[in-house]
Amino acid sequence: MPVKVRAERLSKVFGDSPGAALEMLDGGASKDEILRETGNVVAVSEVRFDIEEGEIFMVMGLSGSGKSTLVRCLNRLIEPTCGDVLIDGENILAVDEGRVRELRRTKMSMVFQHFALFPHKSVRENVEFGLKIRGAAPAERGAAALDTLRLVGLEDWAEHYPASLSGGMQQRVGLARALATDPGILLMDEAFSALDPLIRRDMQDELLDLQRKVRKTIVFITHDFHEALKLGDRIAMMRDGKIVQVGPPEEIVSRPADDYVVDFTRDIDRGRVFSCASIMRKIPPLQLGKDTLDTATRRMRQESRDALHVVDGEGRPRGIVHAGAIARSVQAGEPDLADALLDGFPTTPETARIADLYTMCGDGLPIAVLDSRGAYAGVLMPLDILTKLTPDVPDPGTRRAMP
Amino acid sequence: MSDPSDLFLLPLEDWIQTAVEWVVANWRPVFQAIRWPISYTLDGLEAALQGIPYLVVVIAMFAIAWRTAGWRTGVFSIAAMLFIGFLGLWDKAMTTLAIVFTAVVFCVIVGLPLGIMAGRSDRFWSWLRPVLDVMQTTPSFVYLVPVVMLFGIGTVPGVIATIIFSLPPLIRLTNLGLRQVRTEVVEAGLAFGSTRWQLLKEVQFPLALPTIMAGLNQTLLLAMVMSVIAAMIGAEGLGLTVLRGIGRLDVGLAAIGGISIALLAIILDRVTQALGQARRDGPPVERRSWLAMTLGSRPRPGGTPATGENDSSRGPSERFSKGGG
Repeated sequence: MPVKVRAERLSKVFGDSPGAALEMLDGGASKDEILRETGNVVAVSEVRFDIEEGEIFMVMGLSGSGKSTLVRCLNRLIEPTCGDVLIDGENILAVDEGRVRELRRTKMSMVFQHFALFPHKSVRENVEFGLKIRGAAPAERGAAALDTLRLVGLEDWAEHYPASLSGGMQQRVGLARALATDPGILLMDEAFSALDPLIRRDMQDELLDLQRKVRKTIVFITHDFHEALKLGDRIAMMRDGKIVQVGPPEEIVSRPADDYVVDFTRDIDRGRVFSCASIMRKIPPLQLGKDTLDTATRRMRQESRDALHVVDGEGRPRGIVHAGAIARSVQAGEPDLADALLDGFPTTPETARIADLYTMCGDGLPIAVLDSRGAYAGVLMPLDILTKLTPDVPDPGTRRAMP
Repeated sequence: MSDPSDLFLLPLEDWIQTAVEWVVANWRPVFQAIRWPISYTLDGLEAALQGIPYLVVVIAMFAIAWRTAGWRTGVFSIAAMLFIGFLGLWDKAMTTLAIVFTAVVFCVIVGLPLGIMAGRSDRFWSWLRPVLDVMQTTPSFVYLVPVVMLFGIGTVPGVIATIIFSLPPLIRLTNLGLRQVRTEVVEAGLAFGSTRWQLLKEVQFPLALPTIMAGLNQTLLLAMVMSVIAAMIGAEGLGLTVLRGIGRLDVGLAAIGGISIALLAIILDRVTQALGQARRDGPPVERRSWLAMTLGSRPRPGGTPATGENDSSRGPSERFSKGGG
């Protein structure tokens, strides 16, 4: 995937003498020290990241960590103090105001925390806004607005004013307004934070649905770690203006970079973070018609397992063979692998979260993980699942007790 | 030795006198140029208001008041206008209206751009603000002196004094209105690539309009007040009636002039206040410009959406459903 958005050593300092603050920053001074010495606030501090086309990139941090400033640096609503922002390879900090407007009109749009709808415009006029600014003809932009409203399920509300809509509906309008110009990049600044928990969950699901259809590059700011885990292809953990860790949700949870990240990962439902694909063992299966009882026994010894999955010619799992069953077949004089097959075995798609597998673990049988075509991809032992649910990091008591 | 001036007398009085004389002598064309459009507007308006039969004016006032502020104000305006007529002050009231409208027109022409500039530039506002403070704390009589020096006496100088006196609230409230627009909404405008002009036209100005209309309302009422004071430098109209009443100790004459001014002020206040209150909640409303509303014309064709009545009875929360898209 090509890189869509790249930030290089991006910094933003609020105050009268950003130069002095930047020098201190280069010297490794902390945000607090700089504030004490120069009176300047370092909001974003030497941030770098690459965002690939079509990915949802979450920027996660507590309030005051600089995430809202960071996202505004990407479309220059806030002028960065130094660094580079490259959109499709073009350094947008080096171009003039006209080009920035052009980029905002065509390449990126924004969704706001408190919706920021125009209260004096109807829902349709709100959605049309970007196209109107771009100079589209009324008929053309009206049709485009209705199409986009249909995408978020609000076409019946086109002629209402935003004030008569609920919060969730208003944010759909905000989303439609951002999508109407068909930008490659969507900047979402705490887009769902102002919504009630249930509505927020609906909106998250809907965004994922929508993303499957429209495939935008999304930069999503949030202070909700669960939201970050649920929506993000990758998460950037931000603290005091710095990005302390970037990675896919599973990596953030399983290998947190520092105590700050650990704090977030502690109370999350790990079963909802890890997918089957991320923790399965890729043990090659036996193949019907190719493997014999002999080779099966040898393979079991090699992998030091007492059961293996058996697949057919198309790679679809047909059953499990146990070491015990093989022994019995040999004694009974049935030389074919098919006769030793046990066919009641659990399977799961590789995209499933391990929280979906708890009931299957009860059988104690290995679970076959299937890829999108239904072919065998790997195996999950119930014990693997349970192990993954416990954090690798020590709990707070023991950690604090250490010197 | 009882007074500092015994030690030293600052001849500021003479300086100002000299300065003003110099300005009057050398800048005459400038003041004539300022005077000309005002005089032209005033004469036109006055001629129109005096020329139109009183019944037409009364009906027009009723229509405007009714469409903007409701039928109560409409009925009140009929009663008030007829009452002024029965007092024998119709012509003078029309002159006062002409003075006030002219002053308001020029206040808008000057004040709106200044207010917009102030609202968008902190530096300009920090420069303009003390000027407005001085303008608003200066007693209204004090305006008359330089105006008489520079423009002479009569109705047109009276209008000029009225413009200067009633300008500040419009500038202040335009500035305030623009600054009150939520940062996030302004950001939204910019994030979609608006130019400064598009941002002003599409976002800032419409959202500031209620506040700007409140400023216009204040300006109009101040113009009403000043039109009376301006009678002292020869402005005609109801102010002159009051002034004459006071001069001759004719309490009755002063009182009917005062009552007429108050009645006009009430009508204009109600109408301009109503113009400032925009409705943006509830079901889809008929879309009209407020100019069309004032003139009582029909809504634009196609302005009323098809989803109209049915949806308006249902609350938004009931209607909320997961998007099918």
